[in-house]
Amino acid sequence: MTNRIGDDAPSPPPVRRVLFLPAEAWPKILMPLLIGILSLSVWEIAVRVNDVPHYVLPPPSVIWQTLLRDWHSLSVSLGITLQITFAALAVAAGLGLALAVLFAQSKWIELSLFPYAVVLQVTPIVAIAPLIIIWVDDIRIALLICAWIVAFFPILSNTTLGLNSADHNLVDLFRLYRASRFQQLVFLRLPSALPLFLAGLRISGGLALIGAIVAEFVAGTGGRASGLAYRILEAGYQLQIPRMFAALLLICLTGIAIFLALGLIQHLALRHWHESALKREG
Amino acid sequence: MNHLGPTTGDPLASAAPRALVVLRGVEKRFGTGTLALRGVDLTIQTGDFVSLLGPSGCGKSTLLRIIAGLIAPSAGTLDWPRAEHDAAGVAHPRLGFVFQEPTLMPWTTAVKNVALPLRLEGMARSERLERAAEALRRVGLAGFEHAYPRALSGGMKMRVSIARALVTRPDILLMDEPFAALDEITRFRLNNDLLSIWRETGVTVVFVTHSVFESVYLSRRIAVMAARPGRIEREIAIEAPHPRDEAFRTSAEYAAACRTVSAALEEAMAA
Ligand SMILES: Nc1ncnc2c1ncn2[C@@H]1O[C@H](COP(=O)(O)OP(=O)(O)O)[C@@H](O)[C@H]1O
Ligand SMILES: [Mg+2]
Repeated sequence: MTNRIGDDAPSPPPVRRVLFLPAEAWPKILMPLLIGILSLSVWEIAVRVNDVPHYVLPPPSVIWQTLLRDWHSLSVSLGITLQITFAALAVAAGLGLALAVLFAQSKWIELSLFPYAVVLQVTPIVAIAPLIIIWVDDIRIALLICAWIVAFFPILSNTTLGLNSADHNLVDLFRLYRASRFQQLVFLRLPSALPLFLAGLRISGGLALIGAIVAEFVAGTGGRASGLAYRILEAGYQLQIPRMFAALLLICLTGIAIFLALGLIQHLALRHWHESALKREG
Repeated sequence: MNHLGPTTGDPLASAAPRALVVLRGVEKRFGTGTLALRGVDLTIQTGDFVSLLGPSGCGKSTLLRIIAGLIAPSAGTLDWPRAEHDAAGVAHPRLGFVFQEPTLMPWTTAVKNVALPLRLEGMARSERLERAAEALRRVGLAGFEHAYPRALSGGMKMRVSIARALVTRPDILLMDEPFAALDEITRFRLNNDLLSIWRETGVTVVFVTHSVFESVYLSRRIAVMAARPGRIEREIAIEAPHPRDEAFRTSAEYAAACRTVSAALEEAMAA
């Protein structure tokens, strides 16, 4: 056997990097940033020029000052919201994965249970949150359950799809080598499902945050919670509109951070599927 | 285990032919009603290189998958006289299978892809990785052990797939149009490399193709198939001695054999 390996090998174009990022990534970062800066400037100027009272619409600079001034109380609330969000996401990921694996073992289980997962998905969380808050004593657990309900479905449905979408020829290959069901699950179906699982996780990350906030809005009317949603309600009652915006800003930033972090995880876990990790010879 | 030791020339020249697998009256009707195969009788000798040649839809893949045990025939029998049999009398021949697509696991490296069959057998990690690296060397991919499939060209991926099929040292290598998707230059190289592997390992090869030229170049025997219902119309022996190389491609003997097989194929399709 000779070493004729050049074959039809395509050589990948070298990635041009500017400040650690591929050159073509910069417009994706710079353009939205530019739009953001422009809009904030227009907002700031419009409010100042027209003398809009701060309890109607505060300018960005005032919101930012409020955020810094109230950072202590806001950061405590942020911590609580984050705890609930991540706990809900973790439970959703764990249970979603476990249930999807169960579905993959038996078509009957999937047929019988999947519709109920859909019911859970289509029921508006605001409608059932009050019930959950009444039934569950610990408010944090109640909020966690609400956030979990919202975050659960994308992970379950994506992972179920992923487990079933393993390459048919690979499935045949596993049969040919008389692999056990367990081997097929661990070495073939779970890895095949990883991209869809991670895509589901990314969607659910944002949803868990929304679920946590919405549930707290419902609960917050009883004054029992203290996450970011409660800060918004509280500020609203007291007509402290800049503080309301500051809390809103924190929620947005948190959502973006979760989305980016899960995107990074997705990239790190899948990069070898999409890029050459190896220098080619010959 | 290979039943023939490594030989340099024609593997069958040095040993009396012994049947590896015998098909009798094999028929396959799919649930959809399609009669994909009818009355297939085929004996594959140990160490032989047999091509299944025919137009698409004539049941080549179905026949190969029946030999692989991936689908059961609706009628007829399949005997493996020399293979291990379990308590229930079911034969467990050692098989290697190469699909038309490389069918690699994209999430892991070439060497781990090749080691998969050994991992499924429960072989210890260091041993299986060593065996897989050796199989990769055999197909000319030394140095590419840790490359991910994404980083490999079509021809290289196909080599990984062949290495994976060989890593268990199978009795029989079943290949379903493995080079059909490759460009001609790559295909010619892989043809030659496959022939070297066949000579060096003594593995029996069943090679599905729709190319007369490819089947004549590679095979010792060609089963010419026809469609509706899928069947073997004729078997043709290609007497040209092995080893064959590029010089064979331009020889009069090759051209004559191609004419014979083409005529047989046309006849089969007209029948
Ligand atoms: N799983 C299947 N179910 C129903 N019909 C099938 C299936 N697989 C193949 N066939 C039919 O059987 C015939 C032979 O198919 P195949 O063996 O794939 O042919 P070839 O490999 O020679 O192109 C075709 O008519 C095809 O449509
Ligand atoms: Mg086919």
